[in-house]
This record gives sequence, structure tokens and C-alpha cells, in this order.
Amino acid sequence: MKRTPTPPRARLRPWHGFAATALLLALAPLLVNDFTLTLLAIYALLALSLAFVWGIGGVLCFGQAAFYGLGAYTYAVVSINMGGSSVALLLGVAVAGAAALALGSMMFYGRIGDVYLGVITLVFTLLLFKYVSSTAGSAYAIGQAQLGGFNGIPGFPALNVPGLPDQPVYGLGLYAVVASALLACWGLLRWLCQTAFGRVLAGVRENELRAELSGYDVRLIKTLTFGLGGAVAGLAGVFFACWAEIVTPEVFSLGVSAEIIIWVLVGGLGTLWGPMLGAVLLGALKGWLGTQQGLDSGVVMGLLLMAVVLFLPRGVLPALLKLFRRPPPEGPANGR
Amino acid sequence: MAADTVVHASGVVMRFGGVTAVDGVSLRLRRGELRCLIGPNGAGKSTFFKCLSGQLVPTEGEILLRGDPIEGLALHAVARLGVGIKTQVPSLMNALSVRENLWLSARSLRQRSAAEVQQRVDELTEQLGLGAQLQRDAGALAHGQRQMVELGVVLARNPWLVLLDEPAGGLTRDEVHRMAELVRALTAQATVVVVEHDMNFVREIADTVTAFHRGRVLAEGTADAVLSDERVRDVYLGRAAKEPA
Repeated sequence: MKRTPTPPRARLRPWHGFAATALLLALAPLLVNDFTLTLLAIYALLALSLAFVWGIGGVLCFGQAAFYGLGAYTYAVVSINMGGSSVALLLGVAVAGAAALALGSMMFYGRIGDVYLGVITLVFTLLLFKYVSSTAGSAYAIGQAQLGGFNGIPGFPALNVPGLPDQPVYGLGLYAVVASALLACWGLLRWLCQTAFGRVLAGVRENELRAELSGYDVRLIKTLTFGLGGAVAGLAGVFFACWAEIVTPEVFSLGVSAEIIIWVLVGGLGTLWGPMLGAVLLGALKGWLGTQQGLDSGVVMGLLLMAVVLFLPRGVLPALLKLFRRPPPEGPANGR
Repeated sequence: MAADTVVHASGVVMRFGGVTAVDGVSLRLRRGELRCLIGPNGAGKSTFFKCLSGQLVPTEGEILLRGDPIEGLALHAVARLGVGIKTQVPSLMNALSVRENLWLSARSLRQRSAAEVQQRVDELTEQLGLGAQLQRDAGALAHGQRQMVELGVVLARNPWLVLLDEPAGGLTRDEVHRMAELVRALTAQATVVVVEHDMNFVREIADTVTAFHRGRVLAEGTADAVLSDERVRDVYLGRAAKEPA
């Protein structure tokens, strides 16, 4: 009997995901208001930074909020002093990236173990939180920018069209900028994962000793990864400052650090898109819970995390992708 | 130092707190030599091996590779000198395929082009018989296959000094024989140091043997001379071995 050949199932290619994400970002304003969407895109960018550092580089950072906060504060301080947003944006990214490079080099060249690395990054965030919280009073100022202690820094210039300080970007325009940056950063990091550096990074994540025995300087590779992740988190911080129009020490809080880790875990550790999805879903859920009476958002989020860890231990995205994957061919040559 | 001496360790001491694991060991290796380090558990051979490979920094003494001291060099820098190291428990990148494991090691030599890297991977795949495993995750392989893949990873960089820690450990008889052939063939291009417990394997491959006992060199010489040395039989093979049954 002649067998009818089974039609091959559609295979996902990298550009499929990129095109679908771009389309999703472009159409989202038709369904959700741009104010909420911008915040969700900022969350996604922040989640992307940890997804790269932790999921791809294997470095669990408990203090990603530190670089997020540094980006936000740097933007506020520089924009007040310089009047425009372009330099402030660049410096926000640069300061966060430089701080991550400095902290990373101390930890990785100092051969700090994974557990202590988690503690150090957490303490670094809390130190910043404590310090910035105690900067009330006129003595704490950088140029014309008062740091403001718990009240933070309000009233700094909004994001503007480069070179045109009188043309602020807000509303749908701000969303378009953030969404474009998110897409660009995701594309960049995804491309990086496919390069030789990305493959080495995967090797370092899998077995540091073997990578070193093969002649790779693991300390340098991890420091660069940490620095890049910090810079992306800084960019998210800059956008957050532009969106909120105020920065407070809350950006350095333990809650923010924990949230980022939860986004990555729920979305799917080891992927870049999954944590972005996790950030959007959980960010939207948190926003909705905030409007409900009788539901504590902390309890609901905690229960959700437990459910995901128990039933989808690899996260939401890997579980979804599994549905679309072709069954592997038989035989020993079956592979990745 | 003699012209053909490529490894020269002198007065190496390694202490861990109050325990002296290696106590004043000196060793010279000639170009293309195959040296086996043997000794009972706790004799200090693995610790000395780790000093030689840069994984441990000796408390005292000096190690020269081709005349250059390795003191102060990070592990990756020792590897970049042209040293290939196989660990006691196969150390591979488990979630990556066998091809990726070989490729990552082969491309770590910066002067190689992409085509040369691929050529080296192909050569090793054929030489070690890894064709059927090439696309599989290294973590999914059986122990014997992992030993072979790790040997490939070590050789991918064309090292001039190959350090192998128990390459025959956990292998079947056929695999041991195959591994012995491969290790013997290495001497055409590299100096080889092997730490091994399997005496049949040592007899099969060794030019020269150094026997360790209590952190010191007990005997050194040709395989036949060392393995038949009374002192070595006493401390390593056990006194009962020389007594009639």
C-alpha cells in the first residue's frame, strides 16, 4: 500500500520570530493604550538584559535593578544639567554599562563563586537604594540636579527629538521609540548569540573549566557579558525615567530586582524572547491586580511563580515552542 | 637545561594547610616522550599533574614549559602556551553537541581561519570515530564516548604538551586498547604525560614511568624497570603480589 507522505510542519526560522514581534509591537497600540504599552515594553527590555546575562551567559545577577536605576538617575541628572535628552540617554546607558563592567571585573577577576556573586550584586543594589534614599536636602546635588532622597528627582526634561530640545517625544511617539529600541536590542543580542562570541559564551555557561582549558579567558568573556547586560538595563532605566517623568530610589529596590528574576524564570530561562513575554504578561497582570480590591498582587504573583516552577519548569515560551517543533528524526544522529 | 627538555619541574612542593601532598618533586620530559605517572591513592600524582597543568599553584618550586615559567599564569594562559589537558572526570560542555565541543576548542587558536577550524574538526571526527555522535549532545553520551570526545577536544588545538588524567578510566577492554593506540600515536606530535591506575594500559603505552609515594618520586625509569621495582611493588601493587600464592 502506498503511503501518503506527511506534509512537513512549518519550521520556525529566526526572522519569523523577529517579523512576528515587530508586527505585534506595531499592532499593539490598537488594543492597549500607549501609556501602559510603553511601560510593558520597558519591562521587556529590562527582562531582556537579565535574559542575556543569566540565561545565555549563566551569570545569575540579583542586582539588575542597580543598572536600571543608574540609567534612570543618570538620565535625570544629566538632562537637568544639559537641558536635552540625547546626551543624557547616551550617558545613562554608558554609566550603567560602565558600572556593570567595573562590578563584573571585580567579581570575575576576583574568582567570586556563584553564590557570593548573587549576594554581592544584591548588596550593590541595596547600597545604592540606601544611599540614594538618604540624599534629601540641598547638600545632595549634582550640578543643578537635587537628588531629593526618598522623593527622588521630578521635573527633568522629557525625551526629545535629537537636536531639537523643544520637540518632546511622548505618548505614542515614546512607545514607538521604546518598541524600536526593544526590537533593536533583541535583534542585536540574538545576532550576538549566533556569532563565535555567542557560541563561546554558551560554552562558558556549560563548562567554565573546559572553556579555560581550551584557552578562553572566561573572566573577560563574563565581564563583557555582564557589562552589556548592564548597558541594556541602563537603557530600560532611561526609558523608565522618560515614561514616569520622575525617578525615585524605588528603581533600586529589592522588589524590582526580584521581579526581573521572576519574569525571566516564568518566560523561559535560556531564551531571549521568553523573558520579554514573561515581563509583559506579569507586568500586565500586576497592573490589573493593582486595580482590584481584595486581591493581593504579591500573593497572586507568588502563587503564579510556584505554579510555573512546578508545571512549566522551563518556562512559558519553551513550553509553547515545544508544540510547534517537529518530532526529532530517529537514530543516533538526532540532535539539537 | 638540555636542548630537548620541554618540561622541567624542580623541587615542586604543594601543601594544603598541614598536609604536604607533593614534597619536592623534580621531573624532566624530553620532546616526544610519553611519561606515565603512577602511584597509590594519595601518592600525590594527581596533585602534581594539576601543578603541571596550571590548575594549582605550587607552594614551592618551579615549573618551566619550553623554558618559560608558568608561575602566575592563569589557566587559559597555560593552555594558550600549547598545553592540552584532559581531566580525570570527562569535562565537556554537556548541552552542546559533540561538533560544537570540538569546534569551540579548535577555533580557540586565533590564527586559524574558519575553513581550518572545520578541517580540524573533520580530521578529529574521522580519527576518533565520532561521526555517529557528532550531532548528539555531549551530555547524552556514554562514558567511553565522553572520554573519546574529551580527547578530541584536547587534541583540537594541536598541543605540543598533552596531559591526560586517567584516560582509560571506566573504559571497556576494547576501548582501553583503542585509547592506548591513540595515545601512543600522539607522541609523533607531542610530549605526553599520563596519570593512570590501569597497569596494563601503562605497560601498553609508556616509554618511561615515574612512581609516586607519599608525595615524592619513589622510582623513575623505563616501564619494565619501574613496574618490576621491589619498592614500587610493595607500595603500589602490594607486597602480596610478589609472594607465591
